[in-house]
Amino acid sequence: MNSQYHLVLRVVSKVLIPVIALFALYVQFHGDFGPGGGFQAGVILAVSVILYALVFGVDEARRAIPTWLVRSGCAVGVLLYGGVGVTGWLKGGYFLDYDVLNPDMSHHAGQHLGIMLVELGVLTTVASVMVAIFFAFAGRAPDIPDEEW
Amino acid sequence: MSAAGVLTGAGFSTPFDVIGALDVGLLVLLLLVGVAIINERKIFVVVMLGGVYSLLSAAFFVTMDAVDVAFTEAAVGAGISTVLQLGALLLTAREARKSPPGRRWGPLLVVFAVGATLMYATADMPSFGDPESAANAYVGRAYLVRTPQEVEVPNVVTAVLASYRGYDTFGETVVIFTAGLGVMLLLGLRNPRERARDQLRKKRQARRIDRGQDRSEESDG
Repeated sequence: MNSQYHLVLRVVSKVLIPVIALFALYVQFHGDFGPGGGFQAGVILAVSVILYALVFGVDEARRAIPTWLVRSGCAVGVLLYGGVGVTGWLKGGYFLDYDVLNPDMSHHAGQHLGIMLVELGVLTTVASVMVAIFFAFAGRAPDIPDEEW
Repeated sequence: MSAAGVLTGAGFSTPFDVIGALDVGLLVLLLLVGVAIINERKIFVVVMLGGVYSLLSAAFFVTMDAVDVAFTEAAVGAGISTVLQLGALLLTAREARKSPPGRRWGPLLVVFAVGATLMYATADMPSFGDPESAANAYVGRAYLVRTPQEVEVPNVVTAVLASYRGYDTFGETVVIFTAGLGVMLLLGLRNPRERARDQLRKKRQARRIDRGQDRSEESDG
């Protein structure tokens, strides 16, 4: 997008993007208590990157979030989720059995730890895949011409 | 029984059926947006109206107390889908062709047949919020009763999603991963400039230029 246009859009999104990313983290870590969780948080986190790409251009966004990070993020999330499951095996429980992760059964610390790690894996994969799909599509098209806004 | 009926049963009382009015208003708006989408030829407008439709459905889900679903609908339906469709739109035509008038009756007939079947089926649906309905009675009630003792997470949805149904969620995560993998394999993730630079580098290596020259050429490329 041409830098001399859309001053309001640029200023507003510069203020909003960090807030959107922060809200994603709130949704992520507040998922135990209210609505939300890894899927929603991942999408919101991806939206903050996509908004940046829409306003400042895909090349700028690629510089901020490098391609290798997006590509590996997709796999790291699934591996983290599966890794929690396999850890359950190694600790003598079932696949994805969180209770064995922490021996403190009175407070269900294992459940809390397992849910947090699993949600973190979901967040990583969802956010990375959404950004990857956007980059893949947006990288093929020229920037949106100003008259089409 | 409407959502408002459940609320009044729980002790809420308003002089005017707010939730019921909201429901009717939102459904009418959904219908209007749907008709507008059918009539519109400009794909950009269709995509934007699709976002509006998602946001309206999200509001409707909130009135039905399904905040988790509403949240996802707002983030995925109104947010990501709209942006991805805009990205895809840039690669294709801006306007849809008008279909010839004779070919519209068949699809219309199918729409009405499906609509009539669904209307007929709603007669068998349990009333809204019925504690004895199949969704609430058996395993659903067990989750509600057992979550405080077994998982100790206030949000039962999270407990079901991440703990009781952890296998399913793992599968969903893998599905999303596979979707991303497919797009990356088909379209590629690198931008065109990076790809051109890589091709240039490969060409140079094929020409077996010696090391020093290769490095100096790369720095100005």
